[in-house]
Amino acid sequence: MNTPAVAAPPVTDTQGMAYLDTRTRRVMTVYLPLAGFLFMLLFPFYWMGITAFKPNEELLSREGNPFWVRNPTLAHIKKLLFDTPYPDWLLNTMLVAVVATFLSLLCSVLAAYAIERLRFKGSRYVGMSIFLAYLVPPSILFIPLATMVYKLNLFDSRLALILTYPTFLIPFCTWLLMGYFKSIPFELEECALIDGASRWQILTRIILPLAVPGLISAGIFAFTLSWNEFIYALTFVSSSEVKTVPVGVVTELVEGDVYHWGSLMAGALLGSLPVAILYSFFVEYYVSGLTGAVKE
Amino acid sequence: MATQSTALSRALDNRHVLSFVFLLPAGLLLLVFLTYPLGLGTWLGFTDAKVGRSGVFVGLENFQYLWGDAVTRLALFNTIFYTVVASIIKFALGLWLALLLNKHLPFKAFIRAIVLLPFIVPTALSALAFWWIYDSQFSVISWVLLRLGFINTYIDFLGDPWNARFATIAANIWRGVPFVAITLLAGLQTISPSYYEAASLDGATHWQQFRHVTLPLLTPIIAVVMTFSVLFTFTDFQLIYVLTRGGPLNSTHLMATLSFQRAISGGSLGEGAAIATAMVPFLLAAILLSYYGLQRRAWQQGGTDK
Repeated sequence: MNTPAVAAPPVTDTQGMAYLDTRTRRVMTVYLPLAGFLFMLLFPFYWMGITAFKPNEELLSREGNPFWVRNPTLAHIKKLLFDTPYPDWLLNTMLVAVVATFLSLLCSVLAAYAIERLRFKGSRYVGMSIFLAYLVPPSILFIPLATMVYKLNLFDSRLALILTYPTFLIPFCTWLLMGYFKSIPFELEECALIDGASRWQILTRIILPLAVPGLISAGIFAFTLSWNEFIYALTFVSSSEVKTVPVGVVTELVEGDVYHWGSLMAGALLGSLPVAILYSFFVEYYVSGLTGAVKE
Repeated sequence: MATQSTALSRALDNRHVLSFVFLLPAGLLLLVFLTYPLGLGTWLGFTDAKVGRSGVFVGLENFQYLWGDAVTRLALFNTIFYTVVASIIKFALGLWLALLLNKHLPFKAFIRAIVLLPFIVPTALSALAFWWIYDSQFSVISWVLLRLGFINTYIDFLGDPWNARFATIAANIWRGVPFVAITLLAGLQTISPSYYEAASLDGATHWQQFRHVTLPLLTPIIAVVMTFSVLFTFTDFQLIYVLTRGGPLNSTHLMATLSFQRAISGGSLGEGAAIATAMVPFLLAAILLSYYGLQRRAWQQGGTDK
């Protein structure tokens, strides 16, 4: 293509120019804006990470390049893990998230199967109300729930969180699983019914194995939502031993007027890692859960 | 014994009995911890309940008081301002990012995966990172702007009312754009390329293709995504709680944070519940608006009600 300009006929020349033009155009209209987006979206994580390893002298100085660490230190992470109840918070969050997720998945599988496949009278309305329940935000429920938690003697316990998280997990998981169950052909169930299988056998032997991707999507999503939950954990729990990571970091690592930015950012980073790692393994399931729940 | 178990299994094979049994766990949990508190919350809004004391019915007293309360009015203004500004920008940026991600790109799957990161990490924790980025003495933004010569002194991001409003909105946009972009991308991927081929054969420009092919076909999913986005933004709590706690001078208080402050920190459960209840009409309006918008579009395209 790149023949000397003298020998090249004008047509090839303009084509070559056009090729260059679209390439520059593509860089300007696609790669540059995309790079800008990625920079904006990822910078806070970079900043979290770099702050976690910066010694205090570098953090509290306006000199030098703030984008790099000169003398990296593990002091903040060490302080976090050995001088604060952070490990307890991690354990609590894990425990609450895992139990709430399994509880919600169990309830949701049964409910979604009943709504989508048993076709009882009014199943459409039950499905509708599940969707409406999904739209009820925790910020308008936490006050009445707090009074209930107090009356049920659950205040300051992990059980309070385990029982209240399903209020937003079950509607989401049920809605998602209903979509998955819908895609499984009826004929499979009819065959099994003719062969004398009970409904329970159909659910456990035929439907569930086919709905494994949906179960993973719902499970990953539910776990992430529980891990990230804030307002219930802030309201229903007050002792340090039962706090979850987001609440613990926000309420206990911020002491007085002097902010320990290093350990705060280390806490934010370590608290984000478990969901980020889980997410990285199941990106496709997560995305299909997210888009599936919106699309239906 | 044997007859009993067969009677049980026969009952369980009846669709209606089985449906009831299957719906029981989810239904019970949701009725006790969602429906009942929803009613209880509304009721509390009409009482003078305090922490540790169940109140008595006082009618509309809470709402009358709150309507005259300057802080509540400010919180209502803040919430609407926060929601409208953040939602519009999230939509514009999210759509732009979705269109970019829909192009042929190297490492497409990887880029899509990392784009969603801000949405999946705990908001309270990423808000802490923003708190540090907005620090009045050591903000990295101020550092860069100072070196570039745009400013002379460090910006007080969270100490000035309007700065704080825009700073919290920026953090909310940062968290929300990935959600909008990824869901709209899923919508874009369902649009058949043959429409674009037909349009370009007819001589449509890029802008015309976007305006007359992409946008109309994307409208239903835009309506759903934006309803969720508006819902999340209107009821936002964590970001404000971590970044400003409603300050300075209540200029970033949202309805949710104000209701937390009045009910939990201040102990006036009734007042807090009334603020929370006052959010419901706005949420319903948002949902209905998008629902009807959605239906109209489906009908216009010759689709049937799903």
